[in-house]
Amino acid sequence: MSFFARFAQNRGALIGLIILIAIIAMAILAPFLFPESPWRMVQRPFLAPFEVDGFALGTDTMGRNVAAGLMHGAWVSLLIGLVSTSVALIIGVPLGAIAGYYGGLVDDALMRFTEFFQTIPNFALAIVLVAIMQPSVTSIVLAIAIVSWPPVARLVRAEFMSLRNREYVEAARLVGQGNATIILKQILPNTLSPIIVLASLMVATAILLESALSFLGLGDPNVMSWGYMIGAARTVIRQAWWLSFFPGMAILLTVLALNLVGEGLDDALNPKLARERQ
Amino acid sequence: MVYARLIAMRLFKAVIVLFMIIVFNFFLIQMAPGDPAAILAGEAGATDQEFLRQLREQFGLDQPLYVQLWRYVSGIATLDFGYSYRQQMPVLDLILARLPATLLLTGTAFVLSLALGIFAGSMAAARVKKVSGSLIMALALVFYATPLFWVALMAVLLFSVYLDWLPAYGMFTVGAHYTGWAHVLDVLNHLILPASTLALFFMAIYTRMTRASMLEASQQDYVKTARAKGLKDRVIQRRHILRNALLPIITLAGLQAGQMVGGAILTETVFAWPGIGRLMYEALMQRDYNLLLGIFFFSAALVIVFNIFTDLVYRLADPRIKGAS
Repeated sequence: MSFFARFAQNRGALIGLIILIAIIAMAILAPFLFPESPWRMVQRPFLAPFEVDGFALGTDTMGRNVAAGLMHGAWVSLLIGLVSTSVALIIGVPLGAIAGYYGGLVDDALMRFTEFFQTIPNFALAIVLVAIMQPSVTSIVLAIAIVSWPPVARLVRAEFMSLRNREYVEAARLVGQGNATIILKQILPNTLSPIIVLASLMVATAILLESALSFLGLGDPNVMSWGYMIGAARTVIRQAWWLSFFPGMAILLTVLALNLVGEGLDDALNPKLARERQ
Repeated sequence: MVYARLIAMRLFKAVIVLFMIIVFNFFLIQMAPGDPAAILAGEAGATDQEFLRQLREQFGLDQPLYVQLWRYVSGIATLDFGYSYRQQMPVLDLILARLPATLLLTGTAFVLSLALGIFAGSMAAARVKKVSGSLIMALALVFYATPLFWVALMAVLLFSVYLDWLPAYGMFTVGAHYTGWAHVLDVLNHLILPASTLALFFMAIYTRMTRASMLEASQQDYVKTARAKGLKDRVIQRRHILRNALLPIITLAGLQAGQMVGGAILTETVFAWPGIGRLMYEALMQRDYNLLLGIFFFSAALVIVFNIFTDLVYRLADPRIKGAS
C-alpha cells in the first residue's frame, strides 16, 4: 500500500488534511483578497456579520474587517507554528541524539537539563520570556521553541538508545565510520518517522501557545493574529460575539486539523502499530 | 524509612531546580530592556533620577554582577522576593494573598477533570468498536484542540450573557457581604464556570490516556483468566482493567501540573478570578517584572511540590515500585 493510501485509510486524517489545505490557502490568498493592511479602519465599527455587503464577518471595535484579519492571521499562526517547531527540533534532536548515543555521564547531564525545562511551567516560562525580550515574532518563536523542545529530546534519546546497538550500526562501526557519521547517516534517518509525527503535533501546540500569548497582549504589535483579535474583543463580548467567535473557531479548526493529520501520519508511517491498535 | 529517604532526595532535587530558576530569573532581569533599577521599581519609563540612584544603592546594582547574584539568591532564600512598587506591597504578600484562590480553582479543576476523564475514557474503552466510543474520542479531540481562553469566553457568552445562569467574573458577589454558608455557596457559584472551562482541556487528556491505558491492560493474561472464570464484562472492566490502568494516569497527572498553572493564568484572566494567574496578567500589563518573576518562581515551586506529591501517591498505589527512581 502506498503512503498516501495508508494515510487516507484514517478518515479523520483525510478531513484534517482538507481543513489544513484550506487554511494554508487562506494564508496564501490573504494578500491578494485583502491587499490592504488588516489593521486599517475600513467601515464603521461593530458591524454585525452580513450587515453590509463585502463584510461577511463584520467589523471590529475599530472598524477593521474581521475577515481580512482572519485571513492574514492564518499566515501568522502557521508561520509561527512551523518556525518555532523547527527551532525546537534544532535544539531537541541534537541533544537527544547525543544523550542517547553516548549514554553514561553525558546522558545524565543532558537529561537533568531536559528535566529542568520540563519541570518549569511551560506557559508561565513563555510569558516571562516574551515579556522580557519584548513581544515580536522572533521573541515569540524563541519562547515557544524553548518551552517545547524537551519532548523532542526525550523521544530522540529513546530512539537512539534502542538503535545504537543494532547490527547495521555495529557494521558501520566495523567499517570505520566515525561517531558523527553513524549518528547522522545511520541512526538519525531511522528515527525520522516518530519525529515527523511528534513535529506535526507540536505545530498544533505551538499555534495554541502563540494564540494564548497574543490573547494576553504579548503578540507582535505589527502583525494581526487570531489570539490578538480575541484578546482585543474580550471586553466587548456582550455587544459583539462574532469578534471572538470566528478567530476562536479558526484556531480550533487549525489545531484540530493538525492533530488529525498527526494521527494519520502516525498510522501511515508506523503501519504495524496502526494494525495493532485496531 | 524508604519514604523518608525518598522525600529527602526529592526535596534536595527540588532545591537545586528552584536555585536554578532563581539564577535564571536573575539573568532575565539583567536582559530586560532598560535600567534594572527601573525594572525593580516596576517603572518602564523614566523616573525620578534620585529615586533610581537610591534604588541602585539599595539593590546593590553598583556592585559587580556576582555580588548582585549572591544578594538576589540569598534574598529569595530568606523569602524576600522584593517589592512591587506598582502595587505598593511586598511581592511575597501579594502572591500569598492570591494563592488560596488559585489553589481552589486548580484543585477543583484537577479533581473534576480526573473524575470525568477517567469516566469518559473507560466508557470509550468499553465501547471501543461502537459509534458511542468513537464519539467520546472525537469530542475529547475537539476539547483538546480548543483554546482555553476562547472556551472561557464562549462559556461567559452562553451561561452569563444569554442564559444569565452564572456570574461572569470575580470570586464573590461584590457588595453582598455574605457570611457563613451563604458565602460558601456564593463562591461555589462563581467557581463553576472557571473550574469547568479549565477542566475541559485536561479532561480531554485524561480521557485519551484512560482509554489507551485500559485497552493495553485488557490484553493482559489476568483479564483472560477473569473472563475464563465467567466474570461479567462490567466487573472485569471495573475491577481488573480500570484499576491497573489507573497507574500511568497518576504519573501523567503529575506531569500535567505545569500545564494546569498555564491554564489557570488564562482562565483567571478571563473570569477575573483573584488568583496568582490573574496577578501575573496584571504584572504583565503593568510591566511589573519583579512581581512577574516572583510569580514565575512560585508557580514552578507549586509544580514541584505537586510532582513530589504525585510521586508519593504513585508509590503508595503501586507497592512494586520501591526506592528506584
